[in-house]
Amino acid sequence: MYRTHPSTTQSGEFSVKFLVPLLIFITLATFLGIGLTLNPRDLPSTLIGKPAPEFSLAQLYKPEETISPADLKGQRWLLNVWASWCVGCRVEHPLLNELAEKTTITLLGLNYKDDPKNAIQWLSERGNPYGLIAKDLSGDAGIDWGVYGVPETFVIDEEGNVIYKHTGPISVKALNEEILPLFDKAAQANSVSSNSAGGK
Amino acid sequence: MNNHFYRVLTSKATRIAMLCLGLVLMASNNMSFAAIEEVRFEEAALEKRYQGLIAELRCLVCQNQNLADSDASLAKDLRKKTEDMLKAGKSDQEILSYMSDRYGEFVLYRPPFSLSNALLWVGPFVLLLLAATALLLNIRKRQRNEVLKSTYAKDESKHIKVRNLLNDAPSLRSEGDEKNSSDKPNKP
Repeated sequence: MYRTHPSTTQSGEFSVKFLVPLLIFITLATFLGIGLTLNPRDLPSTLIGKPAPEFSLAQLYKPEETISPADLKGQRWLLNVWASWCVGCRVEHPLLNELAEKTTITLLGLNYKDDPKNAIQWLSERGNPYGLIAKDLSGDAGIDWGVYGVPETFVIDEEGNVIYKHTGPISVKALNEEILPLFDKAAQANSVSSNSAGGK
Repeated sequence: MNNHFYRVLTSKATRIAMLCLGLVLMASNNMSFAAIEEVRFEEAALEKRYQGLIAELRCLVCQNQNLADSDASLAKDLRKKTEDMLKAGKSDQEILSYMSDRYGEFVLYRPPFSLSNALLWVGPFVLLLLAATALLLNIRKRQRNEVLKSTYAKDESKHIKVRNLLNDAPSLRSEGDEKNSSDKPNKP
């Protein structure tokens, strides 16, 4: 009597216990799978929701004049950090040209640790989408903005707060789905379609 | 045996191979030192703090290296920033918070405990605790089973006696016992 009873419970427990490693494996695989799809270079910016760091830098085309973020207060604008030595900047440049052509959004360039001669040459070859360009020769402004992977793109609102950051070349998708919706309809005109190269 | 080893060691191919290995080692050694430019501090204590800080801060370009080991241009700039701030008399804490204000906690190899990273800090200990509890419960359960078995074994002889007594009193027998009792003769 007692011999049959314990054996049935044992087989019942066994099937449940058998599932435990499988469940642990599924949980682990799910988390690792999610981890694999994340971009480790895409760090959250500490600047989001905070006032844009100030700088007062000489302009690329007019070295005797300076430009600072304070000059742009009262409007929503884009800051694009770029350099002639940066490969990713070549990828996103056609998109910025198209943005400048199709919208009225103010686009400020921050020429990061570049030789002004090379920068001007680079723009004369590829077109200049920037309204104004600040020269950050030392890279100090870059450090204040937390720049670690050029190109980087920021959106600054009317009050002078940073509301968005994109690290790396902007893609058509990021531009249309994340950046342009931050601007009002009047400035957007029509969305950037870009069959002109862009993030390929 | 010895003679053979000597011959192998002095053979041309071996010597060339060893030379190559030496060159590779030298080159890699040079490379790892090339990252660090010479930084001079008046005080040895300041130099020590500098080395400590650049070992504590992550290079954001090559994310698995610290500032001390990285040859990236940003790492160079941040080392310079650290040096300047130290020379300006800033405290270690001020320098670390200067960096994390700009680049986030990710720049620190040992981020301070906060609600957002609590799981990261506490998680391993929680897992260890869970595993230890499971192990303890398992051991207890096994021990209890062992005790039950031994008491069962002791009682079995009495059990059989009782069964035999019951067999002698047919009026008290139930159906289940009948089956068991039919097994009896086979058991020693």
